[in-house]
Amino acid sequence: MSRPRALLAGLNRRPRLVVASLLAPGTLWLVVFFFVPIAVVLAYSFMPRGVYGGVTGGTTLEHYRRFMDPLYLTVLRRTVVLAVACTGLCLLAGYPVAYVIARAGRWKNLLLFLIVMPLWTSFLVRTYAMIFLLRDTGFVNTVLLALGLVREPLTLLYTPGAVLAGLVYGYLPLMVLPIYVSLEKLDPTLLEAAEVLGARPAARFWRITVPLSMPGIVAGAMLVFIPALGAFLTPDLLGGAKQMMVGTLVQNQFGAARDWPFGSAASFVLMAVVLVAVLAYLRLRDRGSVEALA
Amino acid sequence: MRSRLPRSLVAFTALCFVFLHAPVLVLAVFSFNHARFSMRWTGFSLEWYQKLLHRSDILAALKVSLIVGTVSTLVSTVLGTLLALALARHRFRGRTTLEGLLYLPIVTPEIVMGISLLLLFATLGMGLGIPTIVVAHVAFSISFVAVVVRARLEGMDRALEEAALTLGADEMAVFRRVTLPLLWPGILAGALLAFTMSIDDFVITFFVSGPGSTTLPVLIYSMARRTIEPTINAVSTVIVVVTTVLIYFFDRLTRGRGQEEAAA
Repeated sequence: MSRPRALLAGLNRRPRLVVASLLAPGTLWLVVFFFVPIAVVLAYSFMPRGVYGGVTGGTTLEHYRRFMDPLYLTVLRRTVVLAVACTGLCLLAGYPVAYVIARAGRWKNLLLFLIVMPLWTSFLVRTYAMIFLLRDTGFVNTVLLALGLVREPLTLLYTPGAVLAGLVYGYLPLMVLPIYVSLEKLDPTLLEAAEVLGARPAARFWRITVPLSMPGIVAGAMLVFIPALGAFLTPDLLGGAKQMMVGTLVQNQFGAARDWPFGSAASFVLMAVVLVAVLAYLRLRDRGSVEALA
Repeated sequence: MRSRLPRSLVAFTALCFVFLHAPVLVLAVFSFNHARFSMRWTGFSLEWYQKLLHRSDILAALKVSLIVGTVSTLVSTVLGTLLALALARHRFRGRTTLEGLLYLPIVTPEIVMGISLLLLFATLGMGLGIPTIVVAHVAFSISFVAVVVRARLEGMDRALEEAALTLGADEMAVFRRVTLPLLWPGILAGALLAFTMSIDDFVITFFVSGPGSTTLPVLIYSMARRTIEPTINAVSTVIVVVTTVLIYFFDRLTRGRGQEEAAA
């Protein structure tokens, strides 16, 4: 015990050494097992395909050119459309929920826990639960048949609707939390002032509450849009082969198709869309903070 | 002054909560159903849970998940805590850059992280197994641990450490007797988060696990793709209950901080 203590005491006299020893292990791990692998993917995406899924030397743009094929552009378009639709639906559903939680008084903590809980429940288990509900002989159809509302089971699974429902189900909490935080911070005296000055409830909501919660809306949209773009489990389990998204395309290339360089190129197309979304978010956020100062 | 919430708004919110929680609840209820294929309730039964105990593949996968979860939690908690200490307590060149880079693993799509690690291991000629899964899990947990521990550090009252220094404790003693005990709930919360994420992760693990190192989520995935069987409902229910308990403690640990701040 005394030796490491003496050693650490020695370190304390040299602050730069302390900082270096605090930083080195974690940074090194992230560099070797996060940044280097991403660089490897980038390199693969520009290399000709070899045998058994590997690559051979040289550089080529063929994988990115191949992605321009209408077949794959359809997949990309479907991915973006589903991610945008999911973000929109999450906003429509999430804003009222966040609004209610922010004004829930003594229920607030319980409701917040119920919003956070699904995020930490295995996403796989939750998606599987959706299959259990939606399949032809699943819970929803059994209930509908028993109530006599339908004569034959509805086809719910393996439809675009199932994928969209699965995405909203998965990411709704990510929209609610930031909106809740911004509504919570909202100064109620502003609303009172508006009321005193004669603003009707609708005007108070649209002209004070919504603009002031814009940072939460933008952050929530970002938090939902990015994982929805990269979704793999949801389209795979709830959409089947017909509802392929870029995530499932990438998985196929690394699985059955064994075309690693093409899968790498598809990954980078995905990363590029994510990057555009992040940059758009940062611009929106900065503009928002400038407006808030003005 | 609290204006009352419109009924319709409350009803809509209740519906959203049903949408978020009903699927897993229905699954859990039917894990106790006697019937094998039918959705009809044919009586309460624990047989699917008893079957779990005799499924060698499920028990083997559980063992792998627990080993991976424990080792990766220990490593990522230590590395993440060190990073948090450096970021919260020291000024150094490249600090802002490092902060930005720390958020990158959080926004990178899981599938991209999964295939990138697969390519790295393939390029290095490393066989896939428990070590590669641990490496991957540490890589995605470090950032989360660092963010959680750092939040605790920023909320801490430095006057206590200064007082200890004034009273003649050396820096090491201050760290051990003052900083660490105060930081402990944050570290524990970070560790719980890392463990939960490790136990739950499917997408990244799917790409970096080998034939002999199937984790529980990877096994459930392959079972769920093949067929619907009540044992999946039972094992899913066990996972949900365990993670809910872990998250309950995480919630209490992190909320404790908020209360201290509110009291101060």
